[in-house]
Amino acid sequence: MSDSEAIIAKYLGQIEAAGDGDALEAIRVAALGKKGEISVLLKTLGKMTPDERQVEGPKINGARQTVADAIAARKEAIESEALNARLAAEKLDMTLPPPSTSKGTVHPVSQVMDELAEIFADLGFSVATGPEIEDDWHNFTALNIPDTHPARAMHDTFYFPQTDDGGMPKLLRTHTSPVQIRTMMDVAKQTDGAGEPIYIIAPGRTYRSDSDATHTPMFHQVEGLVIDKGIHMGHLKWTLETFLGAYFERDDIELRLRPSYFPFTEPSAEVDLGFSVENGRRIIGGDPHGPNGGWMELLGSGMVHPNVIRNCGLDPDVWQGFAFGCGIDRLAMLKYGMDDLRAFFDGDLRWADHYGFDALDVPTLSGGVGA
Amino acid sequence: MKFSLSWLKAHLETDASAAEIAEKLTSIGLEIEGIENPADALRPFRVAKVVEAGPHPNADKLQLLKVDDGSKEPWQVVCGAPNAKAGMIGVFGPPGTYIPGSDFTLKPAKIRDVESFGMMCSARELELGEDHDGIIELEAGAADAVGQSYADYANLDDTIFDVAITPNRQDCMGVRGIARDLAATGIGSLKSIGSAYREAQLEIAGEGSGPDVRTEDPEGCPAFYARTVSGVTNGASPDWMQRHLKSAGQKPISLLVDITNFVMLDLGRPLHVYDMAKLSGGLVARKATAGEKLTALNDKEYTLDETMTVIADQNGAHDIGGIMGGAATGAGDETSDVLIECAYFTPENIARTGQKLMLTSDARQRFERGVDPAFLDQGLAIATWLITEHCGGTPSEVTRAGTPPTDQRTIAYDPRQCATLGGLDVAPDRQKAILEALGFTVSCSREGGDPSPDRAATEEREMDPGLRRGTWEITVPTWRRDVSGWQDIVEEIVRIEGLDNIPSTPLPRKPGVAKPTASPEQLAERKARRAAAARGLNEVVNWSFISEKEAAPFGGGSWSLANPISEDMKVMRPSMLPGLIAAAQRNAARGASTIRLFEVGRRYLENSEHPTIGLVLAGESRARSWQAGAATRFDAYDAKAEVLAILDAAGAPTDKLMDFGEAGDHYHPGQSGTLRLGPKKILASYGVLHPSVTKALGLKGVAVAAEIFLDAIPLKKKSGHMRDAFAPPALQAVTRDFAFIVDADLPAGDLVRAVKGADKKLITGAQIFDLFEGPSVGEGKKSLAVEVTLQPIEATLTEEDLKALSDKVVASAVKLGAELRG
Repeated sequence: MSDSEAIIAKYLGQIEAAGDGDALEAIRVAALGKKGEISVLLKTLGKMTPDERQVEGPKINGARQTVADAIAARKEAIESEALNARLAAEKLDMTLPPPSTSKGTVHPVSQVMDELAEIFADLGFSVATGPEIEDDWHNFTALNIPDTHPARAMHDTFYFPQTDDGGMPKLLRTHTSPVQIRTMMDVAKQTDGAGEPIYIIAPGRTYRSDSDATHTPMFHQVEGLVIDKGIHMGHLKWTLETFLGAYFERDDIELRLRPSYFPFTEPSAEVDLGFSVENGRRIIGGDPHGPNGGWMELLGSGMVHPNVIRNCGLDPDVWQGFAFGCGIDRLAMLKYGMDDLRAFFDGDLRWADHYGFDALDVPTLSGGVGA
Repeated sequence: MKFSLSWLKAHLETDASAAEIAEKLTSIGLEIEGIENPADALRPFRVAKVVEAGPHPNADKLQLLKVDDGSKEPWQVVCGAPNAKAGMIGVFGPPGTYIPGSDFTLKPAKIRDVESFGMMCSARELELGEDHDGIIELEAGAADAVGQSYADYANLDDTIFDVAITPNRQDCMGVRGIARDLAATGIGSLKSIGSAYREAQLEIAGEGSGPDVRTEDPEGCPAFYARTVSGVTNGASPDWMQRHLKSAGQKPISLLVDITNFVMLDLGRPLHVYDMAKLSGGLVARKATAGEKLTALNDKEYTLDETMTVIADQNGAHDIGGIMGGAATGAGDETSDVLIECAYFTPENIARTGQKLMLTSDARQRFERGVDPAFLDQGLAIATWLITEHCGGTPSEVTRAGTPPTDQRTIAYDPRQCATLGGLDVAPDRQKAILEALGFTVSCSREGGDPSPDRAATEEREMDPGLRRGTWEITVPTWRRDVSGWQDIVEEIVRIEGLDNIPSTPLPRKPGVAKPTASPEQLAERKARRAAAARGLNEVVNWSFISEKEAAPFGGGSWSLANPISEDMKVMRPSMLPGLIAAAQRNAARGASTIRLFEVGRRYLENSEHPTIGLVLAGESRARSWQAGAATRFDAYDAKAEVLAILDAAGAPTDKLMDFGEAGDHYHPGQSGTLRLGPKKILASYGVLHPSVTKALGLKGVAVAAEIFLDAIPLKKKSGHMRDAFAPPALQAVTRDFAFIVDADLPAGDLVRAVKGADKKLITGAQIFDLFEGPSVGEGKKSLAVEVTLQPIEATLTEEDLKALSDKVVASAVKLGAELRG
């Protein structure tokens, strides 16, 4: 065995035995440090003859390379073991819960209002609003309900001591219909009485002095109004069918129109929604003529009374159209299955968690308005 | 309005079933609210004869009966009724029969060891009355009917309809009007009024001059017709009338009273009958005097005023005209001479009087909707005939004071308007037939006698603005006060023809994708709502009205309801917070530990309504946890964080907001603030709620709240999507930290503003990252540490540049009395 081979063998043995970085460093110094055994050997090359160097050079350099590689390899192994040991020691109980964040909700009434805005936007309707504290003229008189009209008694109106310019008490709007009046008057004003097509819905709070299991003194309604040329009841029917089909996301919605009476429409129709029973649950759509099917009252509608159009400053011989009014709370209950109207207004967080909507459940036509 | 099928058939000749009639009623706008046949529950009960009655072997008070109900063998029945005896005819329920009045089903049973099959029934057990002292005893003549269904025997098999009459259809507040509507659909034909009354005489001759009646109030009571009937005998009304009245839900009282009720329910013609013996002198329709009092038939005293019409004699008022008679002069058992009042009262006056007195009655409902002004003579004649027929007596001549407004309206109508408004193409001759069946007179002027314009002409005239100038002249019957324009005519035709037959017609649609419709305000509200929900807040909807007590800490409300449903729902909220605090309190009471609520709604101030977002945070802001330890409470900064996030989502310029105080007395004075764009433009207030406010509303512990005033946020009217040009800076930003010792009451915001102002070009940010108070910084002092961000623009900042900037920052802070911490 030559010198270099013996040296290699010695150091490889030591390297293999080295247990940590410090021991390995000591070996490196002893072999490859400035005064290390192999370094010293390398220095002897300078004093050799070219022939000797030809023979010894590769051997000694080979020994240096072999030992250096072995140290590097061993170092990597030691570090890897140490990392593994450290990571093993850092083990956590991953079944513990992370920090919690609270989940917020959007109220179903707001969600339904957004759904309605989305559906009707596609039909070309915009959203209009108006005051909730109304005057007698906008809530009643302009809607063809003079103060002696028997229909007033059906409205259970909330009044204020304050009076309007005409000396009539101010009141809480009993329906969203005054928004019709305000919208038509705005159009009449902007067009100098000439008029232009109107396609709006007006969702909002409405009030009646009525409180029992199915009535709350405050509730939500959505008004629809179309004023254009040549609009007739067939358009009303189509609009309601289209809107309700989109809202309930069913193609088999059947409506029943019944003649009725509202002072502000002529002709007037109550609209019933067909239901059936699927899997033991009542659902909107399906066959209302079937054994468990039937009709439920949903909304009031009709062709806007010429007096109403005239009261707003438009010419009823030129403009005609339809209006409808529908309870939003009821729409929400029918679609999402709540059975207690009063819970809508109680603010119970448990109810909100169950019936509320995620902030990102934004109704869209592509994603579906059903969230 | 309730009535029976047999009553309807007195006016309508029809073979249709009750179900068919019910469906038709709903389809023409006379909505069925209920339909029932009292006989349905009585089908199994039979007329039966007690053939034997003997003592029960084991009980003194029971008898053992043998009952023959037409079956082969008589039934053995144990009976406890004291009136049970051999030979009597009663009503028997065999075993297996459900007893409606007792809610059980009969089974064969042993009563005191003796077998009993079925039961002889009392009136109460059959829900035919209250009598339960004994079993029903039928007249002896019923022996022939043994074995027959009792319901048939007693004429109880009669469907009762309950129909909702809309306020425009006074004419259907009488059975005859309903029959007329039905006849127009073709389900039957309307009988003549004479045949409906069998022997009715519409002209009854009187003896002697009519009573002294007059009207001094032609505005409120334009017509007052009357006649007397002398020598009548009051008593019980005949069975058929009692049955009809009962089917309508009216209790039979006496012939004279029942006859007036019957004529009203049958023909929609209210009447009043006075006992002549209780009147002094003639009757006059006049305005009441202010403060005049009258005790009405409901035994309540009403104080009248000079706008109300009364019927009075020389002693005073005896009738609130058209609404309710007086208690003192009505017909009773002793009455022998009566005066029948058949008047026309002006609907508007009746409505106002009724509203003022808060008094409703069957008569008011009809008069305020407008009874047929041309039916006074007939109504009076029919009532007179019924009285003389059933009570005897001699009628006087009729006195007719005043004139009812019988002018008939005519309407110009073009039959094509049925399609252009109603959306239903109905052949003109069919339209004419419908109108005539409803009592309208149709005269077709342009087409002569033929109401069928040819199709081409129709289409040509579709474009004609003169289309609405009708070619038909339609005369409206006097009983249809509601029909005033051609639109009403269209309604009459489409409702009888059936709204279900109207074909759906798509609305005109502009080509392409639908245009956006939401206004900037609507978008801002939607985004703000969803931002709040995304941040973990739960949206609630609270009542718009609150109690006075709840409103008080918020300055009270400007709008208090005159007729609130309760004291808790009286004042229109001046702030979103009372409702939210109350909702938080309810949730806390249910055990919720963390409560984050918000509401998007309106505040109601004196001159306007303001869209606002309110929020309340109560309980734990962070629950206790294995990582963070004990739970933490919400503080004012939590509220401020929500405000800033929501304002940002709504599109408010949050970088330009200024901190102000004066959030309001309902907040903690030292832990609240407002965010403004200028001193008067308040976008939001927030803070810890004042302990006295939370305590008053029952909410325990610290709660924080905020209100964001949506209508104060400046919004861009045009929502363009284009942004300013931008490229990220090529040079890296550097930060430098400064610590200043300042007076303890110096707002940190002031220091930040001063630091930022030191070099408005290069300093792009300044953030407080440490706040320290303690002995080491001195009494009345605090240390604020600020990280300043510097963004080089053209070249990297040199040490000299940085030194110069630092000096500027320090100099700027020193002006506020700050001292750089060494």
